[in-house]
Amino acid sequence: MVTTQQSGRRCVGVLALQGAFAKHTSMLEDCDPDLEVIEVRTPKQLEMVDGLIIPGGESSTISKLLDLNDLRQPLAERLDAGMPVFGTCAGMILLATEVLDGREDQHSFATIDLSVRRNGYGSQLDSFEADLLIVGLDDPYQAIFIRAPKVEAVGSSVEILASIDDSPALVRSGQRLASSFHPELTNDVRLHRMFLDTCF
Amino acid sequence: MAENSNNTNQTATVRVKRGLAEMLKGGVIMDVVNAEQAKIAEDAGAVAVMALERVPADIRRDGGISRMSDPEMIIGIQEVCTIPVMAKVRIGHFVEAQILEHLGVDYVDESEVLSPADETHHVDKFAFKVPFVCGATNLGEALRRISEGACMIRSKGEAGTGNIIEAVRHLRSITGDIRAITLADNAELFEWAKKLQAPLPLVQEIAETGKLPVPLFCAGGIATPADAAMAMQLGAESVFVGSGIFKSNDPAPRARAIVEATTNFGDPEVLARVSRGLGAPMTGIGMDDSIKFADRGW
Repeated sequence: MVTTQQSGRRCVGVLALQGAFAKHTSMLEDCDPDLEVIEVRTPKQLEMVDGLIIPGGESSTISKLLDLNDLRQPLAERLDAGMPVFGTCAGMILLATEVLDGREDQHSFATIDLSVRRNGYGSQLDSFEADLLIVGLDDPYQAIFIRAPKVEAVGSSVEILASIDDSPALVRSGQRLASSFHPELTNDVRLHRMFLDTCF
Repeated sequence: MAENSNNTNQTATVRVKRGLAEMLKGGVIMDVVNAEQAKIAEDAGAVAVMALERVPADIRRDGGISRMSDPEMIIGIQEVCTIPVMAKVRIGHFVEAQILEHLGVDYVDESEVLSPADETHHVDKFAFKVPFVCGATNLGEALRRISEGACMIRSKGEAGTGNIIEAVRHLRSITGDIRAITLADNAELFEWAKKLQAPLPLVQEIAETGKLPVPLFCAGGIATPADAAMAMQLGAESVFVGSGIFKSNDPAPRARAIVEATTNFGDPEVLARVSRGLGAPMTGIGMDDSIKFADRGW
């Protein structure tokens, strides 16, 4: 495995099977010009990264593509080994222990002790933006929720960093972050910085 | 413990409407005519389905007036899908759009594939909470649609033909003009706006960012995994596949192969693997002797 220790350059990946991966990539690059940011589509690319963002998209499609691209097992192993990870929207669903209203053939990694309901806030007409108060950030964060998953329960190991209408919207468990909203749809890099601080 | 945020929620903002298009990037949106096809599409990894009564190849064959689908059929598809459901309205037909919004579809396609309802005006898309996708054959048309509120543009191609040539022409026209605009000086941007018949601020925005302000997808004529990958390599951010899947001999494996090709569009090894043994693609239909859908739209 080529990680920071060998290459000398820190490397963060964005899972690029489907969804809003390009925006995450450009925001990570904005955070730190010295950071190497790569799109991850293959097991070899996954081996290179010290941390990973799993972006928004359609969780059932991404789950299927994890199998088709032979990434399911290697990603499960990296997550079990404690690789820092940030799952946004569909990414949060993929990190959860329990998915309600999902498809039977959609599988998550049970990385963070969370129960989430797919499209829990409703259809696109119910999608919304809101100012979130986030633990550790001084000013409110404009969060965009698109057909977002709703967190219905969290385990005792999970820290709730922000909530919306009494539902957790940003959670942390060790070096793992998950949001039901899309930090890549604004130009506010504070959560990407928070993730990088968690990684290194 | 986090403080609870509430009472500030805003729906249907531009970012929220464009945001769903961002989530569909790198994916395949498939035309389906019933719940059974919708299941096949979702099983294959589609990111969204387009619910319509007849796929474009059949509309082309049957002729006559084609309209918004029966709400009953759209509801039937919504009930079996976990992915977004889109549906089409005729160009300018704002009442069909009101009906689809009421049904809670996730995206409305103001589509040249249906018979136009208005020969001058498109729908005022800012008047709706539901986001719209519109077709375009060139950059001017794309920018006019965006100025009317479209949150996603798809290059039109020629739907229902199984022939990629028009999609390639339209994609190249849009991306080529975008590249040229990024090299233009300020004085030339006024001329570009005039030539494109498009609002100057949008032309100036493209000069600055080098891309459309909304996602650019490709439609109209994609029939094989190689077609999908070609569209992606030419700058499309997702693909719509209409007749190409359910007019082929064996839809399910072809649907999955096109999904894989769209994700791995730059990897010939994957493209070669997924292209093998798919059976016959849809039979192409000649464009010369039939109407050109792409000419609809103003």
